[in-house]
Amino acid sequence: MLGDRRAALVSTASTVVFFTLVAVALALAPGSRAVAEDFFSWEAMKEAFSGTETTPSVAGAFLLNVRIFLVAEVLILVLALVIAVVRMTPGPVFAPLRLVAVAYTDLFRGIPLLLVVYVMGFGVPGLEIRGISDQSPVVLGGAALVLSYSAYVAEVYRAGIESVHESQVAAARSLGLSRRQSLRYVVLPQAVRRVIPPLLNDFISLQKDTALIAVLGPIEAARAASIYGADRFNYSSFVVAALLFVALTIPLARFTDGLVARDRRRRRGGALA
Amino acid sequence: MRARFTDKAAPAVALIAATLLLGACAAEEDEPTRPAAEGSETASCHKDHLPLHEEGVLTIATDKPAFEPWFVDNDPTNGKGFESAVAYALAEEMGFTEDEVEWVVEPFNKSYAPGPKDYDFDINQISITEKREQAVDFSEGYYDVNQALVAKKGTPIADANSLDAVADYRLGAQVGTTSYAYITQYVQPGEQPFTYDTTNDAKSALNAGQIDGIVVDLPTAFYISAVEIPGSAVVGQFPTQGETEQFGLLFEEGNPLVDCVDEALARLRDDGTLADIQDRWLSQAVRAPVLE
Repeated sequence: MLGDRRAALVSTASTVVFFTLVAVALALAPGSRAVAEDFFSWEAMKEAFSGTETTPSVAGAFLLNVRIFLVAEVLILVLALVIAVVRMTPGPVFAPLRLVAVAYTDLFRGIPLLLVVYVMGFGVPGLEIRGISDQSPVVLGGAALVLSYSAYVAEVYRAGIESVHESQVAAARSLGLSRRQSLRYVVLPQAVRRVIPPLLNDFISLQKDTALIAVLGPIEAARAASIYGADRFNYSSFVVAALLFVALTIPLARFTDGLVARDRRRRRGGALA
Repeated sequence: MRARFTDKAAPAVALIAATLLLGACAAEEDEPTRPAAEGSETASCHKDHLPLHEEGVLTIATDKPAFEPWFVDNDPTNGKGFESAVAYALAEEMGFTEDEVEWVVEPFNKSYAPGPKDYDFDINQISITEKREQAVDFSEGYYDVNQALVAKKGTPIADANSLDAVADYRLGAQVGTTSYAYITQYVQPGEQPFTYDTTNDAKSALNAGQIDGIVVDLPTAFYISAVEIPGSAVVGQFPTQGETEQFGLLFEEGNPLVDCVDEALARLRDDGTLADIQDRWLSQAVRAPVLE
């Protein structure tokens, strides 16, 4: 008990000392005042947040990131699941399908996302396919995100599916469930639940990568911030954009934590699926 | 809610940003102070006395790729193209041989940001603006420029003949440029303008039909329409609003070299060299209808 208190005291003291030293070091840095002005000016932050006559609002532009993210996320969840299931389909007849799924994940995980965005944004319109080529840069850029992230997420799904013990399938089959039914009602529910944390990881990453769409022209948060920076030589706008992204990420992380915790409680309670 | 959040997050972000910037900030201390010696004229502008970035060499920066008609073949060292020619004429006027000119790459978007520079000056179609002058120094202007609009022939925007008519279309420009500022301030289009990292990306978007027109400076507009995008044309140039826009050489804030460069530039203007170079490389940019 005494040891606990001592440990708490030491950890508190060392935390205080550590952050005091860091703060003093920063305050003494020759450029600290300039940094405070250039990156953390409250006035500039407010301006960048709501926009000015010559610069777009970072907050308004952030809505574009959110919209792209929300739509892309749903599509990725579906497409990735299809890829993962196809890749794990047994039977020699499905060999070409498996090959396509493997090739897809290899290819899109290998290509830098920025290149996919460029090819989708500036290359696909050149194909002049009606209904696809005339889509807006936001849609084409979003499609690039979906293509790339589906490859990652498919692998996450696959890891989840493979983590379900074979005896589960054997048991399901012995109960008379078809292969498809056992996948649908036994394997996937367990698999998906296990991979929720890594899925979230990919989605946080996706949220940030929505900024890449700016290379195709649309003004999203990071681009709006850089327009402000170029206009005023004050980079507080980047901090505004950063905070907006973080503000979106943290609730998502807590939400997933909650989801995982609830799931654990339920299973302890004995209520399966 | 917003305030509370920021108060908590700011120190953490500050820590990261400040750590990254420590190096740069430390360097700011020995920033050259503004020259007090205003009276010392040509004598101090002798090559041997110039406050150069690297002794005995004139270090000049531009972006990569270096676009025509300002440079030719993406090679600033060949003396071809308006800005390359100006740079070498200026170097010669200041007493440097061709071998004593060193070129370095400076991305456009970084060029006019505050901070130390790794060159004597940057020549990269950088317009002199009041805001930029708070962060860097400029020479006198070496070229008067107008913004212009490039579009595909046969598209509706190609028939536009006024600012108002242009405002109905999707316009694009490179981010951070005076072209972009012109769109937002004077054209004020119905749809938010598109911004690109480079002019090349804007060209791709025009080619892909994602935007109806690109706003760039007039000589670049002519080059794009004549050489780079088949089937495109200069719809017109935009009228000057307020002061005439000029390209200037960009220096680190407080660099005393500006005065000597300005002297040399004035001599080139007075003896007609600057006009000759302009005739040679930018001659076709003279006539374009004005979109009032």
